[in-house]
Amino acid sequence: MLDSAARDRLPAAPGVGYKPQHFAQITADPGSVKWLEIHAENYMGDGGRPIAQLRNLSENFAMSVHGVGLSIGGEGPLDTDHLARLKHLVGWLNPASFSEHLAWSTHDSHFYNDLLPLPYTDTSLQRICDHINELQDTIGRRMLLENPSSYLAFAESTWSEPEFLAEISRRTGCGLLLDVNNVFVSATNLDFSPQGYINAFPLDKVDEIHLGGHDEDEDDHGRPLLIDSHGREVVDPVWALLDYTLAKSGPKPVLIEWDNDVPDWPVLEAEAARAATALERVPA
Amino acid sequence: MSVSQTEFTRAMMDAGQPVPDGLIDHQEQPAGRRFSVYRNNVAVSLTEAMHSAFPVIAKLLGKQNMDGLAGIYLRQHPPSSPLMMFYGEHFPAFLEGMEQLRHLGYLGDVARLELGLRRAYHAADAAPIAPDALGTLTPDQLMDTRLSLAPAVQVVCSPWPIHAIWRYNTKDGAPKPEARAEDVLVTRPEFDPTPQVLPPGGATWIRALMKGATIGEALEQAAAADETFDLGATLALLLQGGAITGLDSKG
Repeated sequence: MLDSAARDRLPAAPGVGYKPQHFAQITADPGSVKWLEIHAENYMGDGGRPIAQLRNLSENFAMSVHGVGLSIGGEGPLDTDHLARLKHLVGWLNPASFSEHLAWSTHDSHFYNDLLPLPYTDTSLQRICDHINELQDTIGRRMLLENPSSYLAFAESTWSEPEFLAEISRRTGCGLLLDVNNVFVSATNLDFSPQGYINAFPLDKVDEIHLGGHDEDEDDHGRPLLIDSHGREVVDPVWALLDYTLAKSGPKPVLIEWDNDVPDWPVLEAEAARAATALERVPA
Repeated sequence: MSVSQTEFTRAMMDAGQPVPDGLIDHQEQPAGRRFSVYRNNVAVSLTEAMHSAFPVIAKLLGKQNMDGLAGIYLRQHPPSSPLMMFYGEHFPAFLEGMEQLRHLGYLGDVARLELGLRRAYHAADAAPIAPDALGTLTPDQLMDTRLSLAPAVQVVCSPWPIHAIWRYNTKDGAPKPEARAEDVLVTRPEFDPTPQVLPPGGATWIRALMKGATIGEALEQAAAADETFDLGATLALLLQGGAITGLDSKG
C-alpha cells in the first residue's frame, strides 16, 4: 500500500480527452480546456508523431494518463509486459494523474478491446486489491480507479458498487475516478437512484470526474438500455447529476470524453466551457 | 451461480452460445440482450480497428466485405496485446487463405505494405547521418562500410504492383496500376511514412545491410539477384528518406 498523498494533482478545471486531429487548435487556443487526458495504450509505440505530440503537449498542459488495457479486474495475473510499458510511459511523461478501470479486458492472453464487467464479491475484491497494489508498486505512484457503466448484474455479487470501490480505496490507498455519465447509465439500466449512488460514494477519495455522451437502446422487455458510447454531447440529466455531485464534493477536475464520431474542436471546447460554468457555481 | 471469465468470453465471441446463467437484470431475470451490448462492443471496436489499420484493403473490398472478413478475423485472431496500433499482423496470411479471394492475389501483399506503413509510423525516432558523410569515403572504404538503418525502414517485396495499387487508392489522380512486380521501401523522413518502389535488386541489397553485411558484400548479393542492380539509385532512396543513421567503416 502506498502513501495516499498525491505527488501532483490535476487542476479543478475542465479537461478533454486528447485527439490528434485537434493538435493545432489546442496548441493555438485551448479556450476553457486546462488539462488533457490520453489513453495510455495509444502512446506505447517507440516514437514518431504520437510521442512527439505528447512531449509537446506535456510542456503546456497538465496531463492525465488513462489506461484502457491493463485488465485490473481479470481473473488471471496482470500482464507484466504491459505493466512495464505503463511504468515506462508514466516514467518519462510524469503525468499529474494515472487512472484505470474497474473492469477486465484480457483473458487467456487475448485482449478484447472493451471494458468487461465483474461480480462484486470478497474474492474479486481481494484480487483487484492485489492487482492495484502491484500496479502502484510498479509505477511508484497512486492510481485512480474508475466506476464502470453497467448493462447487467451478477447474481453472485454481495457488495454494492460504491461500497466495493470505497473498500478498494481503503485497502490499497488508490483514489477514485467518478464517471458521472457511467452512474447515470448504470442507474437507468439497473433501475437505481443516481443521486443515491452519489450519496453512497466516497467523494473525498475522488480526484477526477468524467463526463461523456451515451446512446439509447432498449432491453428484451422494452425498458431503456443506455450504452456508454462517448460519441455525442453530454445530456442534460448528466449535467444535472454533475451539479449534484459537485455541490457535495466541491470543485474537482472534470473531463469531457468524446472518443467516437469525434467532433470539430469548437464543439468539444463548448462542452468544456459548459463544465467550466458548472465548476464556477461551486464554492471552493 | 458464478460466471467465470472463460464462460463470459466464450459466449461473447460466439453469438450461438447461450448467455451465461448468473448474468441478470435488476429484476433478477436473465440478462438476455443486455449481454449483446458486450458482443456488439467487442465486434464493432475490433472491426473499426481493422478498417483504420487497413484502409486500402477496406477500399478494395468495400465496407460490407471488409466488415464480414474482419468479423471472421477477429474471432480467429483476437488481439494478443492491448496495443491496438499493431493489431492485424496475421491479416495478410488470412487474406491469402480465403478461397473466395483467390482471384485477388495481390491483397496479402498490399496488406503487408499497410502493416509496414503502420510499423514505420510508430517506430523509434533516429537522426540521419550528415548528407556528405558518405562522400568523404574512398570507393574502397565505402565498400567496407556497414550502414545502420532507421528503425522505421521497412521492405515489402511482391510479384504484384503493390505500390501502384496503394497509390491509386490513396492519391487523387494517381495512374491506374499496370501488371508488374514491385518491391517497396518505406522510410519515414520526420513523421510521415513514405513508400517508394525499389529498383531491381534493391530489396536484396537493403535486407543484406539490415543483416550486417558491408555495402560491398550486400552489393555482391544484389548483383547476383539482379545484374542490373543500381547501387547509386538505391543508396539515394535511403539517403533521401533519412534512413541511414550510422556508418561503420572497417579497419
